[in-house]
Amino acid sequence: MELFNNLIFGFSVALSWQNLWFCFIGVFLGTLIGVLPGIGPLATIAMLLPITFNVPPVAALIMLAGIYYGAQYGGSTTAILVNLPGETAAVVTCIDGYQMARQGRAGPALAIAAVGSFFAGTVCTLIIALFGPPLAELALKFGAPEYSSLMLMGLVAAAVLAHGDMVKSLAMVAMGLLLGIIGTDVNSGMARYSFGIPELTDGIGFIVIAVGVFPVGEIVSNLGETEHRMVFTSKVTGLMPTKEDLKVSFWPIVRGTSIGAFFGVLPGTGPAIASFSSYMVEKKMAKDPSRFGKGAIEGVAGPESANNADAQCKFIPTLTLGIPASAVMALMLGALTIQGIAPGPQVMTQKPDLFWGLVASMWIGNLMLLVLNLPLIGLWVSLLKVPYRLLFPAIMAFSCIGIYSVNNSSFELYLTAIFGLIGFMWMRLECPPAPMLLGFVLGPLMEENIRRALLISRGDPTVFVTRPISLGFVIATVLIIIVMLAPAVKARRAAITG
Amino acid sequence: MNLEWRTNKDLWAGLMYIGTGALGMWIARDYPFGSALRMGPGYFPTVLGGIMVAMGIYVLVLGLRKDHEKIQGNWSIRALIVLPISMVVFGFLMEEAGFIPAMAALIPISAAAGRDFKWLEVVPLTIALTIACAAGFIFALGLPYPLIKGMWGY
Repeated sequence: MELFNNLIFGFSVALSWQNLWFCFIGVFLGTLIGVLPGIGPLATIAMLLPITFNVPPVAALIMLAGIYYGAQYGGSTTAILVNLPGETAAVVTCIDGYQMARQGRAGPALAIAAVGSFFAGTVCTLIIALFGPPLAELALKFGAPEYSSLMLMGLVAAAVLAHGDMVKSLAMVAMGLLLGIIGTDVNSGMARYSFGIPELTDGIGFIVIAVGVFPVGEIVSNLGETEHRMVFTSKVTGLMPTKEDLKVSFWPIVRGTSIGAFFGVLPGTGPAIASFSSYMVEKKMAKDPSRFGKGAIEGVAGPESANNADAQCKFIPTLTLGIPASAVMALMLGALTIQGIAPGPQVMTQKPDLFWGLVASMWIGNLMLLVLNLPLIGLWVSLLKVPYRLLFPAIMAFSCIGIYSVNNSSFELYLTAIFGLIGFMWMRLECPPAPMLLGFVLGPLMEENIRRALLISRGDPTVFVTRPISLGFVIATVLIIIVMLAPAVKARRAAITG
Repeated sequence: MNLEWRTNKDLWAGLMYIGTGALGMWIARDYPFGSALRMGPGYFPTVLGGIMVAMGIYVLVLGLRKDHEKIQGNWSIRALIVLPISMVVFGFLMEEAGFIPAMAALIPISAAAGRDFKWLEVVPLTIALTIACAAGFIFALGLPYPLIKGMWGY
């Protein structure tokens, strides 16, 4: 059995004291910093990248991977406890996780996220070992039309899952795409929407928009209300999920893992698409979809598993093709290059200890995450007992330091202040900001792929529906819209006639 | 005179979309449009802006119906003004004066955005957060910021 030989070889690498130690440091630091509001995995990894330079390649990659899923889990923790998504994928966790925390169920929400992530991590370790090479070959067949249709599907899904009016959500996606255009056009080198400001020719940082719209906008909004945020902090009881919670969450975790693994293999898609899709699926599968957005545990279990599965399976295209499957993976490849290893298909054959050691360490890292985080949940929850008037200046401090540390630029802080005000306005007008964020992240990629697809097809737009895989995504997009329209039409009709 | 339009949620949302989309299209006039075969830098923004204007008109029409929805929630003019100022001051002081002055300004100013501001709480909070963040970010993480500019060799 080649699979077992490979895995045993991997574990023999990962279980060395040195690699275990770096795995632990990575997971611990990743979680610790990921928990700090406004600092997502990207900023965390970028910040910790320099400390891995003096470590041997295998240990460095193991540590970086540990930081990655530690930060991811830490990000879910802040999403649940204080409604701060450290990155796009955690935006979905905010929807129901934060509502659960408001209802005093922060403990179960955090625990189910940890359990779901561990399950997904275990499954994906096996998937990488088993399907790594063949899956990468499949993903290789994707061209620009496939990517374009896939991104379209993700964006539409992101828009229709946000509650409220669908057209308003789609308009927010367009808003995000438009914001994503700001900066230098890759094809022509032309600066677009930069208003003559040199800082804007690099585009607006994702962290600037995310931190501005979510924590800052949320603080502005909360300060207008009278202390309603305090209510749920006194009601945190029972850290562990009940048997019922686990039963309800089991299938969402399994489905989330499958969705995450599927999207994980596709380069270019962030974990956001996986968690958004998983949320969509759970909302559709639920007997009572109206519970979603109001603290449904499935809305945490599914996306959290999906997002961890995606995070882990992103290593398949990254390690086998040398294509950075996400921004985080681009940093990983950067670390590899600094270590003197050229990323590409040859890594698996030339550096088997690196590939299989990393695969095995993923499972070990996930186990550490579970062991480390379940006992520490009490600590995270106790953060909520701090009165809001003391908490929000702390959130501001972490957010400001976080933004400043990305580029050491005070200009980004000024931009964040502006986005805080815009975010507040969106909140009051009930224009959902989450789809905007996804549009913003995918915008440049999507424009590039659409342009490339049409260039290949000589300007013929039917290229998106004549290629089978692309057609599949287009059909799925249309189906999502039809399915989501139906209950809305029904509800509206009922409201008029009833 | 009917002032009800001032709290009409979808009216404002629609106007915001139309305004943003139109602004996007208007600025993109200066960018080469190209063709579907060879899209210029202006193609994507113009199409997007057009889509936004169309959706904005739809939302605007929602707001013109008789049963349109109202904007919910209260405003804290104080928070709307004070919080952005605290961030601007932080950014300015980080570049001009160093980490400690920036934190010492950010925390009290942002705390002042809230309704119950007590010096007795804010002063210890400022000291504790400044020390904790300096320890975590500067000493442990090694972010390269001077604590106070002009001191200790910076």
